Parts: sequence; structure tokens; C-alpha cells
Amino acid sequence: MTESILVNIDDKEVAVPKGTLVVDAAKRVDNDIPVFCYHPKLDPVGMCRMCLVEVGTPLRDKETGEMMFEENGQPTINWMPNLQTACTMVVSDGMCIRTTTSQVTRARKDVVEFLLTSHPLDCPVCDKGGECPLQNLTMSHGSSESRFLLEEKMNIEKHVPLGDLIFLDRERCIQCARCTRFQDELVGDSVIGFDERGRSLQIITHSDPGFDSYFSGNTTDICPVGALTTTDFRFGARPWELAHTPSVCPHCPVGCNLHINTRRSGQDGNWSIKRVMPRQNEQVNEIWICDKGRFGHHFVNNSDRLTAPMVRRHGELVETSWDVALGLVSEKLQSSNGSIAGIAGERLSNEDLFAFRNLIQVNEGSVSQWPGLLGGGDLVQKVGVGVDTDLAKLGSDTAILVIASDLSEEAPLWWFKVRQAATKLGASLDKSRAALIVANARETKLDKIAKYCVRYNYGDEVRTILALSHAVSDGNTGIMGSIAANDNDDVIAAAKAISAAKNLIIIYGGEGQSYAASNALAQACSNLLIAKGNVGKKDNGLIPVWTHCNTQGAWDMGVKPAGVSATEFVADADVILLAGADPVGDGEPLPENSFVVVSELFKTKTAISADVVLPAQAFVEREGSYTTGDRRVQRFYPALPCSENVLPDWEIFQRIANEMGVGDVSAGPAAVMRQISLQVPQYRDISYENLAAVEEQWPDIGGEDSYYGGTGFQNTGGLGVQTLSLIESGFSVSPGDVDPIGLATGELLGVPVTVLYDRGSTFVKSEIMNSRISDPYIEINVGDALTHNVTDGDMVSLILNGKERELIARVSNDVPQGAVLIPRSMDGPMLRGVVPVNINTIDHGSKE
Amino acid sequence: MTEYLLLRHRNRGEENIADLDTYLSLGGFEAYERVVTTMTPQEVIDIVKASGLRGRGGAGFPTGVKWSFLSDRFPRYVVANSDESEPGTFKDREIMEQNPFQFLEGLMICAYAAQAEVAYNYCRGEFWELTQVLESKVRQLNDRGLLGRRIFDTDYSLQINHHLGAGAYICGEESALLESIEGKLGQPRLKPPFPADRGLYQLPTVVNNTETLTNVPLIISRGPEWYKSIGTEKSCGPKIMCLSGHAKHPGNYETPLGITFRELIFDLAGGIRDDKALKAIMPSGASAPFLPASDEVLDTPLTYEDIPKIGSQLGSASIILLDETVDISWAALKTMKFFEHESCGKCTPCREGTYWMYHLLGRINSDKAEQADVDLLGEVAQQVVGKCLCPLGDFATSAVFSGIELFQQDFNLHIATAVNGKDDSNTK
Amino acid sequence: MSSNTANQTLRTRYSAEVKDILKRYPDDQKRSAVMPLLFLSQKEGLQATVSVMSEIAQILDISITQVASIVGFYTLYYSHSGGKNRIQICTDLPCALRGADDFADKVCEKLGVKLGETTEDGEFTVESVMCLAACDKAPMFQVQNGDGITYHERQTISDVQAVIEQLGNAEIDKSPEGAE
Ligand SMILES: Cc1cc2nc3c(=O)[nH]c(=O)nc-3n(C[C@H](O)[C@H](O)[C@H](O)COP(=O)(O)O)c2cc1C
Ligand code: SF4
Ligand code: FES
Repeated sequence: MTESILVNIDDKEVAVPKGTLVVDAAKRVDNDIPVFCYHPKLDPVGMCRMCLVEVGTPLRDKETGEMMFEENGQPTINWMPNLQTACTMVVSDGMCIRTTTSQVTRARKDVVEFLLTSHPLDCPVCDKGGECPLQNLTMSHGSSESRFLLEEKMNIEKHVPLGDLIFLDRERCIQCARCTRFQDELVGDSVIGFDERGRSLQIITHSDPGFDSYFSGNTTDICPVGALTTTDFRFGARPWELAHTPSVCPHCPVGCNLHINTRRSGQDGNWSIKRVMPRQNEQVNEIWICDKGRFGHHFVNNSDRLTAPMVRRHGELVETSWDVALGLVSEKLQSSNGSIAGIAGERLSNEDLFAFRNLIQVNEGSVSQWPGLLGGGDLVQKVGVGVDTDLAKLGSDTAILVIASDLSEEAPLWWFKVRQAATKLGASLDKSRAALIVANARETKLDKIAKYCVRYNYGDEVRTILALSHAVSDGNTGIMGSIAANDNDDVIAAAKAISAAKNLIIIYGGEGQSYAASNALAQACSNLLIAKGNVGKKDNGLIPVWTHCNTQGAWDMGVKPAGVSATEFVADADVILLAGADPVGDGEPLPENSFVVVSELFKTKTAISADVVLPAQAFVEREGSYTTGDRRVQRFYPALPCSENVLPDWEIFQRIANEMGVGDVSAGPAAVMRQISLQVPQYRDISYENLAAVEEQWPDIGGEDSYYGGTGFQNTGGLGVQTLSLIESGFSVSPGDVDPIGLATGELLGVPVTVLYDRGSTFVKSEIMNSRISDPYIEINVGDALTHNVTDGDMVSLILNGKERELIARVSNDVPQGAVLIPRSMDGPMLRGVVPVNINTIDHGSKE
Repeated sequence: MTEYLLLRHRNRGEENIADLDTYLSLGGFEAYERVVTTMTPQEVIDIVKASGLRGRGGAGFPTGVKWSFLSDRFPRYVVANSDESEPGTFKDREIMEQNPFQFLEGLMICAYAAQAEVAYNYCRGEFWELTQVLESKVRQLNDRGLLGRRIFDTDYSLQINHHLGAGAYICGEESALLESIEGKLGQPRLKPPFPADRGLYQLPTVVNNTETLTNVPLIISRGPEWYKSIGTEKSCGPKIMCLSGHAKHPGNYETPLGITFRELIFDLAGGIRDDKALKAIMPSGASAPFLPASDEVLDTPLTYEDIPKIGSQLGSASIILLDETVDISWAALKTMKFFEHESCGKCTPCREGTYWMYHLLGRINSDKAEQADVDLLGEVAQQVVGKCLCPLGDFATSAVFSGIELFQQDFNLHIATAVNGKDDSNTK
Repeated sequence: MSSNTANQTLRTRYSAEVKDILKRYPDDQKRSAVMPLLFLSQKEGLQATVSVMSEIAQILDISITQVASIVGFYTLYYSHSGGKNRIQICTDLPCALRGADDFADKVCEKLGVKLGETTEDGEFTVESVMCLAACDKAPMFQVQNGDGITYHERQTISDVQAVIEQLGNAEIDKSPEGAE
């Protein structure tokens, strides 16, 4: 615990931790010192000068060091001659601060006036109008008339696109540098900066595409004026006309808390999403979200959505009623004698998955997870990271090992938080840095901030962990080392860091692995954690980089990967039930003569070849819960009304069960959660009520004073609940056997990797992001490109499992020799592991 | 009257001390050798402390004390501040041209005292030619083993690099200078932490002005007592006074601290050009208040302690003389143009205030102003002063405050014209 | 996206200089070299073009925007094109007290341009600049071009004439060599 000291703010005594800034100390007693450049998540710079206050310290005797007192017994205060910036001044014992004197009031008025000398007064047409710190502070501190000559004001560009996502209004910018500091300190993508100097300072970007960062949208939240706005919200609506709904991001296993703003159109009366913003949850996403979460919601109102149940008649899918469709399904299920296979997507909510599994198991069928590429969910239930771990806060007593994951692409906010732990840039007072160890077959963005990088060949993931474990226990990698890693020294150095650390967190992903291999990897990681005693407590344990937002929930609800392709899994089933899964689209066909039922949002390839199609609600249209990779169960709420003809998945499955007489339809998702809590041990304490509970969070974001933390939103929808790992609940866990999976061989090996901006169905339909989403491509090494006569940007044909596809080839130094990186969900083939491939150049000679 | 110690010291005859052999033959680098081979860093710091040497870059901070503040982390750096961009300052350049080795020797002694193995000399970009020459001098020192590894067969190693600025006055401010070496915008950092704790690359760093460093070899070779005997008790040693503007013979005058304005201007520099009357003095370039040319002012000694008593600063002694023909509101406009151009833009009052004051002064000088504009000018200056991140903002207000206070008639003249011209503009 | 199509001029034509510059700074502080590299790039022309900036960004492993910020902040770097020679006359207060404003007007007249403009042949840009630490030798100016920066002090208008001619001729003198 940090020591606490007493300070006096406007004659009020406040106890605050040592090291607190005056502005934060005041905030704790609801004294909102106005700020522009200060942001509680960024390093203080003291440049806007809005926060000037009077500061004095107790006078001490020069010789004895004793405090001196006035006649009335009060300590004698030595007031500093100049006003001081509250955002940079650290409190000291007995410090006195005045924030209401005429000097302070005058200084605030002066700064606001200065800012307005170059700031347009276009509040009525500004997107920030109504939630603008400058506007608010002008009201409370500004003077009513302008003493500055209008003709001497600046007249500069107002609509400067910084790329496709963010617009800059140069006149409105007040040079507080919050945006550039956010990018430099917290993200490490220094792609925006200042041009010129003095009064000509202005924000520029030279990256290609402009403002090339996965976190760009956050700058619009922390911009204290309307200088930075998002392309989709600009002129879209006024903040006070919006309805607000808490939600959770459906794009990755981090589970960022969202705040969804909707508005009913004055013209057609339809509701639509106007913008998506972060909702504060310090443990999860703090006050940030990545651009995929912010802009990737537009799929919801895509015209490809299914709107009514359909059944196949005379070879054609035709619309029908729910009664007819569900009647048909239950009939088929009943007559199938248990020859049922169910496949459910990792995007479904816990309630959906629970109802789905129940329905199928009651009918003696078997279920599997889609696509179910990564193993280890059962181990995560046992030795997953301890409750209350905050990745960003990990310090020098902790080692973080990331293996087989390109974290910045797969789970951006985890990347963000791990980067924080490893750099402690930004406002963190505690500058103690965690030791980050990155193990991968290729260079990823994490390498830049890693203390140690371990390189292996694809296929050697498990052996690398075994070698590390070896080195941790006896200081050398032995024979494993030479197999696993290209460089023994790196393994030894990394092992030393692991041995030295009190805490250990292992984050494992599925890059370049089959399901079986990833299972073995998860087991090897768990064994290391167990052997070192790094399980069952905060800041220790295992974190899986799942490919979807609710993969962990699927494991928990008993919907586990089959370890084989969908084609193999359903091969003998008479009835196949698919929910949120599109195996056909991913090249895994279903048997011709089985009866196929699909519940879906879109007309996927699987849906259009099905016998019954059931339209499902999107996450913004309904309630439900997701479980994050670090086992936090979080609720989301309906933000948009939905046609009565479209149902949530859980209700669809329960209605079928009802139809068959094997269950009742629950009153709502809360009731489903009640059943879950009775049946799934880890969820025994979970209820919709406690998922909705909130407690005070620090820093205090988005209250009255949008200037302090930005316009990110306070959390009123619930912080969620992290489930205890089994070991935390008192179960004993022992290491399991690990079977190092053999290496695939071949001249060129196709390696599945994950990219953030993929062509997945929920993302590619968000048009605003289209320019950032690449055409389907593969990536190969410079040397291999030379041998195969491929240059960067060529179209090549990729031959895999005897099938041929045309894709763009990117040539790069970061790809290991012999590997062909094949991004998942990029309209390329879906790989279930590393497989030999062939590439050929396509002759375009005839083209010109 | 005086012995030259900084500019043409050693150069009794016609010797060219910018030549290494000549410099060596006249006892150059003996102090450095003595320091490196026989003294501990602490002993060097103590001698410099005892000498009373104060920084010549403007603030006049005791140099030895600054060196003793270095926090206990390594590596450390030493940086010579040769950014010299204050209007009216041109002494560091002349030192580096005439007496480069004494300056480098001072820098090297400072580096030893700070236990730094790398030193940078930050020269303003316009000193491009001079820097080429200095770089070749540094190469010579490397060749002679005075720089490099294991100097004088001790464990001490030192490397001197040059870093060129590129046209930004604010880079003379030490923390902005360090940012500039780091390849960033030259914007000042918050203080504290001071460079001695978190300087270049966040490591302990000493930043000293070129002239300050050039004093150091003298102090080592002749002793602190000798040094203290020059000048006044609180302002010891020789100082180069840069005299510009309407002096009959402008130029650098090296004198002991404590000579009076009158002695400098009339005895040494021949008085005022064309024997006009002196109207005002800007004793510290653009940054400090005007002084009226009264007897009291002229008889004030040029010291760190005396000039503040009459309302201005010694700064780096960049003394600009303004004769009776000068309109002080015009001088203020020129000054403000400089600050408006050089404001780094980091903090609001300076960024906006210098721009606004520049425009008001422009309006006044083009006879379009009213009394209210002059009043507003004073108010804007009041909004700036004491509220900025670094001293530049305060500097910018000096000419406004003192100009309006001491030379109100000059401003009034423009307003009179403006009022007279009013009908004129109405008919247009 | 950023394929390796960037300029290679510094790395091929000035590889020794680049190496020498990088040696002045610690290995993990390469960014420090951005200013010297920008000066080096001026040998090929004063303007810091996008391709120049992107090469420097690549050498130093920083973003182009970071290089562009430096170009924007410091006045001796140029993001826009101008004359081959920049004649920069100090008109700050000390020089102005000794006739610098008048002198600047005359130089402009001589070259047939206004302050800030470039001659039609693209040879000269005339600018007024802030104090250059030569106040006792006013009027004075500096010339910045591909060869660096040179001071010209205690100038008369005929001195300027000579400088202009010499700079103009320098080009002409060079051309036979270049023609080979
Ligand atoms: C705006 C500003 C400009 C400055 N310019 C210079 C300068 O050109 N040269 C210099 O030596 N010091 C300059 N200084 C002072 C430096 O910040 C610093 O105090 C000095 O280099 C310390 O060296 P000294 O102790 O030897 O004087 C400037 C300060 C400010 C605030
Ligand atoms: S006072 Fe001026 S120069 Fe100093 S930080 Fe502020 S803007 Fe920059
Ligand atoms: S200076 Fe304190 S908030 Fe900007």
C-alpha cells in the first residue's frame, strides 16, 4: 500500500496516496479543476495551463526542519509566487491548494479566452456540441465578449481527413496533444504528429493509409474539443438526441465494454446505431476500444440479413411461419434416433450455447464448437489466470510469456495492456515493468517491446515450452533446446527471467497449429505454470487467445471443439443443426442427404444450402452474455428493436425443445442464466443481477466534466463477474501428459495466422472499414519469392489439398523461409493446422 | 584596461590559438591533463564551486553547484549550449572561432567532473561552417589522444559529438535542447525533473553555456582564488559583453563583471553612433525590460545582482543600444515578432499571447490603434506573464510592460496619429 | 502496405556519412540522427520531399510523420520547394537598428522579388530571418544551399551582387563536368 498523506484543498482536508497529482486529489473530493491537456491515462505535460491553482507548503524552520505555526495555531503557509499547474504538481504533506480565488478564476478565464482567439464558435454544428469541454468551460469560465479581432483569427482547413476513419477540423484544434500523446505513449503508433510550431501547430499524418493505427478512434473520445471526429458520426446526430445502451464487443476474446448510441430517424422512424464508444471497465478495456470494435458494427443493418424462417420446398427455400419451421425441425429430430450433430459458433452467447447443447444432448446427439481451432479450454477452466489480474498493471515481479500469437492482431486490447505492462509509458505512477517474453516463429509487433524473443520453427511450439520448462528447472535446455529453438541462449535468458519472476502469466495462441497441437501446447504451458506454482492466484495463470468473443463460454457450456473438420464431424448424422456456423463457406461441405437446419444472421453459403433456415437476432438486438478469455462473464443489452419474426438463438432452441416436449421456454435470458448457474459449477455465483453490478472506478471518466477523462462512458451496465478457476475454488490440479506433435514437412508450408481486419462475415459488411480490409492474400519470404519467381503484389495461385485459389502474394522479410502465411477469414482456405502448399505465378502476359 | 581571458587570452603576440600546436605550446590542455591524471571528479567540482563561476547562458546559476546536483546514475552526459540565438548575442560564436580549444578544454574538464564519457556540443544550425571547423578540431584532439579511449593512460574515455540545431531559438532552453538532440520537436520539458536528474535520454546531464565552459580551464590552472578576485563578490570573473545596435563600435568586449554601462558604452565602445543621444538600453537582448538611459542606469555595474535592482536583467549580456531616433513601440514590435516566430507552441498563453501581442503592436505601429488597444496590450501581457511552461513567454512580455511604462509617449504618438487619421478613413 | 519502394539515395550515395552520423548517438537512440540526416539530404536539394522523409524514417525506424514534424518545426528544413539558394537576411532588432530592413528591400529589388519569393529561374529565394548572432556586423545574411550555410557579414549591396553572381556562376562552372 502506498503511504497516504493529508493535503488541504479549499480548506478541506483530503487524505490521498503519496505521489498523487493535485488535480487528481481535488477530483477525489469532487473539486473539478478544469483541464485540457491533462488526461488521467497520459503522462502529465502541463501545457494548456488551464489548471492553474494557488499552491502553498507549510513553512519549516531552516535549522530544525520543524513546521512553523501562526498565532492561531495554524501552520504558516509559504504560498508560491506564481500559480502552479495542478496537473503536474505532486502533492506533499500539508500542502495547501486554493482553487477559487480571484487569481485562479482570472487565470482560467484568460486561458479560455486565449483558446477562443483561434477557435471557431461553431458549437451549433459541432459533433462535440453538448459534450464539449471547451464549450462547458467557456460557459463557466469564459468571458462573454471577444476582445480579439475577428479578422485576425485563423481561417484554416476544417475538414481534413486523417485517413478514412478520422476527420480533423484544424480550426478547432487547441494543440493539447492528447491525441498524439495517446498514440506515442499508449499505443506506440506515432502516426500522427504536429507540423509547424507556435500558433501554426497543427496535426498531420503521413502514414499510408492515413492515421494507420488500430486504436485511432480513441483519439476522438479524448480530444477535448470537436477537432477529431469519426467519419461515421460526423454530422450524424447531436449527442443529446441519442439513446444509450451498454454492450460488449463481439469481435475478440477481450470482451471490451461498449456503449452503443442509437437514434430513431425523423424520416423513416427506424432506429439505427449512430456510434459505438468505449464503456469504462478498468479491468477489461479501461476506457479504450480498438477500431474494429468501434466501426465494425455496421453489419447489423446489412441487407443480407435473414428476416423470416424458411423451409425448402421443391428445392427452393421459401418463407414460412415459425410454427411450421420449428414443427418440421422437431419432427426430424424426433425421428432421427439420436443421429444428430450440432455445430455452434463461438460467437453465440452463453444462453444460446447452453440451450443448444441441451436440445441436442436431450436428443442424444453430439455437439461441437465452430470453428473450434484452438484447444485448452478445459485447462483454462482449471488454471486460467487468477481473478482480478489486470494485465496493464503487472510489474517487475511478473514475467509474461506470449507464445504462438500475434497479439496485436488477435486481441488488440490485450496487446495494449501487455504493452503497458512492458513499457509503463503514460500516466502510470508505478514504472516497474513486467518482463515480456515473446515466442513465435516470426517477428510480430510485440517483439519491439519484448525483453526476450524466442524464435522457433513452426511446429516446434510445444517443444519450445518443454525446453523453457527444462531450463527453468535445471538451467539448461538439454537436448530439447537444440530441437526447439534456433538459439539456445535466448531460451536460457528467457528461462532465467521466468525463474526470477514471482508471477508468471502465459498467453498462448493458435498460430500455425492444429487443434491437437494447440491442446498439447496448452497442456505444456499449464504444466510449466503448475510446476512453478504460478496458478490459482492473481497475476498468474493461463490466458488463451481465442479466435472469437465467446469461445470460453462455449467450452464452459459444454460445446467443445471436435478436433476434426465439420465434414468429418457430421459425416454420419441424419440431422445436422448449425447455429452461427458456416462450414460450407469455409470449404467444409455437408453431406447431401442429411437434413440441415441453420440458425443464422446472414444468407451464408451454409444457410442457402440448408433445409430449414431460422433467422437469429444480432447481439445488439437482444440480451445475453459472453465469457472473455480471462473468464469474465459480461452482459450485453438490446440496443435496437428487432422484427418479431427474428428470434434470439436461445429462444429458437428452447422453442424446438418445447415443441418436442422436452423443456419449456424460459421467461427470458436471465432465466436461462439461472439454469446455467445451477448446472455449470464455475457459474454458480453468476446471475444477471450481479453481472449488472457496478462499483466506482478510477479514474472518474465521463461524468459531468467530460474534460477530465474524455467522452468515454461511465459504466452503468455492469462490470461483469470473473469466474474462479477450479484451482482457485480449491480443486487440485496436476500436470498432464504432453505429446509433442510431429512437424509437417514440405517445401512450402501453409501456416494459418490471424489478422484483425479480416473478411469475416461480421466485419467485412461494415463498409466504413472496407478500405482497410485487404484483398485476399498470402505472405511469403523474400528468398522463397525469388525461387518461385514472385514479386510483391503479384497474383499467384495457391494449391492446397488439391484445390487452387488465386490470391495476392506479399513478400516480406518477417516470414520465415519455407512458410506461406495464410490469414484466417480472408476468403482464403480455412486451415486446420500447417499443411504443405504449392504456389505458382499466374501468367498475366496476355493482359496488356 | 583588461586582460583578455576568453577571447584572445594566450594570444599575446600574433599567435593563432585556434591552431592546436600553438594552443598546446602556450600551456593549453595542461589544466585538462592535471584534472584527468591527478584529480577526482569531486575535487574538480569543488574548485569550480569555490571560484564562484555563474552560468553565462542567461540565468547565472552557480556552475559548480549545478554539477554537484547530478543524480547517481550512469551513463551521464554533458552538453555545451552553443545555440546562441538571443537577439543581440554573438559571443559564443566568436569564442568558438577564436579560441575553440579553450572552450573544448572546458567542455572536456566538465565531462570529467560529471564522469560523462560522451559530450555533445549543440550548435545552432546557422553555425554550419563553424561546426565543420570544430569537428575537425575534435578529430585533431582524437588523433593526439586527448579524446578517445584511455586518455593519458587512465581509465577515462571521452568522445565529443556535434549536434546542429536547425533554426529554433527555443532550443537554447536546455530541456528543449535535449529534446532536439533526441530527434524530437524542440519543446521545453516540465521541470522538475531537471537535466541533472533526467536529462538527455532521461539520464543525468549537465548543460552549460559555451562561455561558461570556456572559463573552466582558467579556474583550474590559476585557481579559484585568482578567479574570485575578478569582478564583484557575487558576480566573479570575466564576461563577454555583446554590444549591438547604435554603438559607435559594436562588438564583443571582454571585461570583468562589474564595469558600468557607462564605462562599456562610452569608454570602450566609443559612445553612440553619430554622437546621437542614447535613449534606451536592452541589457539582455529581446528578453529583458528596456532601461531608460538615465545616469542611474549608466552608472549601474553590469552584474547579476545590480541590474535587477534597476528593473532588468544581465542575462547573457547582449546589450542593444537604442538612440534617440528609435520609436520604442517599434522596438517592441520587432521584439514581439521574434517571440511570435519563436514560440514553440506548446503552452497556451505563450502560443496565443505572443500572436495577439504581435498583432496589437502591429496595429499600433500602423497608426490604427486606440488607447484601448494599448490597454489591451498590457492586459494580454498580464495574461501571459507567470503562466507559461518555460521562461520564453515571460520574456516576451518584458518589452511590452517596460515599453508602455517607460516610453508611453512613443505609444501615444501613434494613437494621436490614429485619432487624427480617423476622418480620413471615414471618407474612404 | 509500405513496400520497399522508398528512396535509397542516402543509403547508396552517402552511406559513409550516414554511418558516421549514426555513430554519434547510442544504438538504441537512432531517432537522434533525424536532424543530421535531414541536413545531409539537403545536399540533393533543400526540400525534404516525401521520399526523402520516408527514407530517413526507414533508416531510423521511426514513422514518416515523426520526420515530417521535425521538418515542420525547424525553420532550416523545408517541406515546400524554393530557390536553389536561400538568401536569408537578418532583419531582427539589432540588425534593423543598423539598416537591415532597407538592405533587405534593396536585395529584393536587385533580384526582382519580394521577401519570401523565389526568382523566376528558381535560383534564389529571399527571406528575412531572425537574429543570426552577427549583430555587430550588420547588415548581414546567410546563404543556405546544397553546400550548407555560409555567412556574409558587413554587406553592401555590391557585395551581394558579387555573391549572387558567384552562386549563379558556380552552377555554370559545374555544368561542363556534369555534361561528361
Ligand atoms: C528561451 C530560452 C532561450 C535560451 N537560450 C539560450 C542560449 O541560446 N544559449 C544558452 O547558453 N543558454 C540559453 N538559455 C539558458 C539555458 O536554458 C540554460 O539555462 C543554460 O544553457 C545553462 O547554462 P549556464 O548555466 O552555463 O548558463 C535559454 C533559456 C531560455 C528560457
Ligand atoms: S512559453 Fe512559449 S516557448 Fe515556452 S513552452 Fe510555452 S509556448 Fe513554448
Ligand atoms: S496544463 Fe494542466 S491540464 Fe493542461
